[in-house]
Amino acid sequence: MTGVNNIIIVGVGGQGTILASRILAEVAIAGGYQVKISEIHGMSQRGGSVMTQLRFADEVFSPVIEPAMADIMLSFEMLEALRALPYLKAGGKLIVSNQELMPMPVITGVAKYPTDIAERLLSVVPDGQIVDALTLAKTAGTVKAANVVLLGMLSNLLNFDQNFWLEAIRKCVKPKTVDINLKAFALGRG
Amino acid sequence: MTTQLMTGNEAVARACYEAGVKLVSSYPGTPSTEITENVAKYDEVYAEWAPNEKVALEVAIGASIIGARSLAAMKHVGLNVAADPLFTIAYGGVNGGLVVVSADDPGMHSSQNEQDNRLMGRAAGVPVLEPSHSAEALEFTKTAFSLSERFDMPFIIRLTTRTAHASSLVSLSERQEKPLIPYKKNEKKFVMMPAHARPRHLDLEERLASFMAYVEGCGLNRIEWRDKKIGVICSGAVYNYVKEALPCASILKIGVSYPLPARMFKEFAAGVRKLYVIEELEPMMEQFACSLGIKCQGKELFSKAGEIMPWDIAAKIGGKEQAPLSIPADIPARPPVMCAGCPHRGLFYLLGKHKLVVSGDIGCYTLACSPPLSAMDTTICMGASIGVAHGMEKAAGGDISKHTVAVLGESTFLHSGMTGLLNVVYNQSKVTTIILDNSITAMTGHQHNPASGKNAKGQPAPAVNFEQLCRAIGVQKVLVADPYDLTATEAALQECLDFDGPAVLITRRPCALLVKELPAAPLVVDNKNCTGCKACLKLGCPALGINAEGKAFIEQSQCVRCGLCAEVCRFDAITKGAAQ
Repeated sequence: MTGVNNIIIVGVGGQGTILASRILAEVAIAGGYQVKISEIHGMSQRGGSVMTQLRFADEVFSPVIEPAMADIMLSFEMLEALRALPYLKAGGKLIVSNQELMPMPVITGVAKYPTDIAERLLSVVPDGQIVDALTLAKTAGTVKAANVVLLGMLSNLLNFDQNFWLEAIRKCVKPKTVDINLKAFALGRG
Repeated sequence: MTTQLMTGNEAVARACYEAGVKLVSSYPGTPSTEITENVAKYDEVYAEWAPNEKVALEVAIGASIIGARSLAAMKHVGLNVAADPLFTIAYGGVNGGLVVVSADDPGMHSSQNEQDNRLMGRAAGVPVLEPSHSAEALEFTKTAFSLSERFDMPFIIRLTTRTAHASSLVSLSERQEKPLIPYKKNEKKFVMMPAHARPRHLDLEERLASFMAYVEGCGLNRIEWRDKKIGVICSGAVYNYVKEALPCASILKIGVSYPLPARMFKEFAAGVRKLYVIEELEPMMEQFACSLGIKCQGKELFSKAGEIMPWDIAAKIGGKEQAPLSIPADIPARPPVMCAGCPHRGLFYLLGKHKLVVSGDIGCYTLACSPPLSAMDTTICMGASIGVAHGMEKAAGGDISKHTVAVLGESTFLHSGMTGLLNVVYNQSKVTTIILDNSITAMTGHQHNPASGKNAKGQPAPAVNFEQLCRAIGVQKVLVADPYDLTATEAALQECLDFDGPAVLITRRPCALLVKELPAAPLVVDNKNCTGCKACLKLGCPALGINAEGKAFIEQSQCVRCGLCAEVCRFDAITKGAAQ
């Protein structure tokens, strides 16, 4: 690989974007790369939109990713994928969990949750993958492992040894949940 | 050598471990909180949550005077609270190395202002070191401890959100134990009464002058010569962005943001054809350059407000066009909200229902300002709610106290609300103060506090008794209510508002995120009874919604079965289902 690899992970606060970025970072480090991650904690934890940006290359300076420069976007929620779509570069790859979480303006009736998100995503990214990550995670043992299901899918787009992924999962998740997460990864990788 | 991916905050914590630090005392605040959380994991370092930043710094000062290396970490506004000891210990100096971390928040990701605390260092006469990434966060913090001892001065490590919360690789070393530096009584150094403070101020100026001489030649600042057509002076996170956006430019990378190196500024300015100073927030380096007669461009290109991003630099100096980020207008915003089952929700529902003027405060509950609750009138700073309500009553008079309340969380009350309540009693207003007691500092990620029954290391600790505390201050009406019980809470609220004197209502319920066991029976909507009136939606609960048939529905994956929606439904359409 040459140049900087830019990956953004988006979702709703509490969905596990930060853990996913940590696992991915460990994989890239095992692959011999320099890694930088930028994330924002705080208010955004309380159910707001969240974005984690991860960059890896032989040398990385800025931890933040420029709009329209992300190579890959991993989204844990449909609306958040649509919101962050302008960050993806032309020809970039897209993996989205088909989960839909209603934001407060939709709940209170002042805004509508778009009904055509899948079409709009695929019109921009024809080979985008929209997946029922929650069901796969449930099969693995808990819906909480949806983030690792998505990492399993991501692993097919990145050229890293599978063992790097398994080792990174073992290192980053709680010891009690290692088996479930390894299963979730395998289900996502297919 | 072991390397590890770390946030800037984790790296500062690691530096405390490696530098032989004995004590860390802090108050949580984004983006500084994880420093102390991570220090608490090292058995070799004593770590504590103090009730506020002023106490935290005083504790660290005590440790320094007795001869230990010590640190206090806080967010930028926390340094305002700790400014009193900071400005004076600058005169006194240190014994063991003393470091204050100020984690600033340009762009206000999680803050009420974006003050630039490099200026606090300058105002106090305290040197400020500014790392650009995690490896430097570790290295600069360790350096700050040894420089603190060498120059007899406290040091500030200034992080910003993008250095505190960005991760990069760090090389780890072993801990070097630092035995206590022997303590000798020295009242001329540490008793800052006027007769001692006057010579100590002159002494501080001498110490600063000798540190300034050191700064010129030290490795913390460096010039990176590349193409000399463009030169950029920058520091902290912005340095990374300049490297990204202008790979050919020469750079004067500033690691010591106060005091700045005059000789290096002049040498660098003389070596480049066009000079820029790129800094977030205040034009501190730019004004320093101007004071030296150096021609440069800075704030005429970059705003004093908010963050600077690499693509701003590429556009404004590199001439690279940047299409604005356009998010389609029909995408609904997703603001942060109170969690499903948040114990604060019921209270704010009642405050809104009674159309009270709500003098609010800093914490998760500040989210009650947003629709649909829309139940907050003011939020200024930690602990301000009580003083603001008192001032409103004293100025407006009449029966304003009948429809005004001050609301703050228990951690915020302990931080700086107690003195406000004392003022209410002493100066005899009739403010009703509501203490939201969820037994944890929740907004910053669940840190323990003097009310939670545990300390920073998770060990058992005494928990303050708010009822006794408020009565001791002189409040005669002190009531406690469970905010899940709207009827009881409403009655208690009314009793406090009607009381002819200061009153305190404590709404007590643990944070919903910390409750592991849910009630057995889920809440279900009976579509026969639901009229679609949407009264339940006024709670602003993320687990509630309206389905395509216009009936309420409950998202079971989010619901924690608090039962508030059943309480506000006038048609008995929300009931307990079969136990699971």
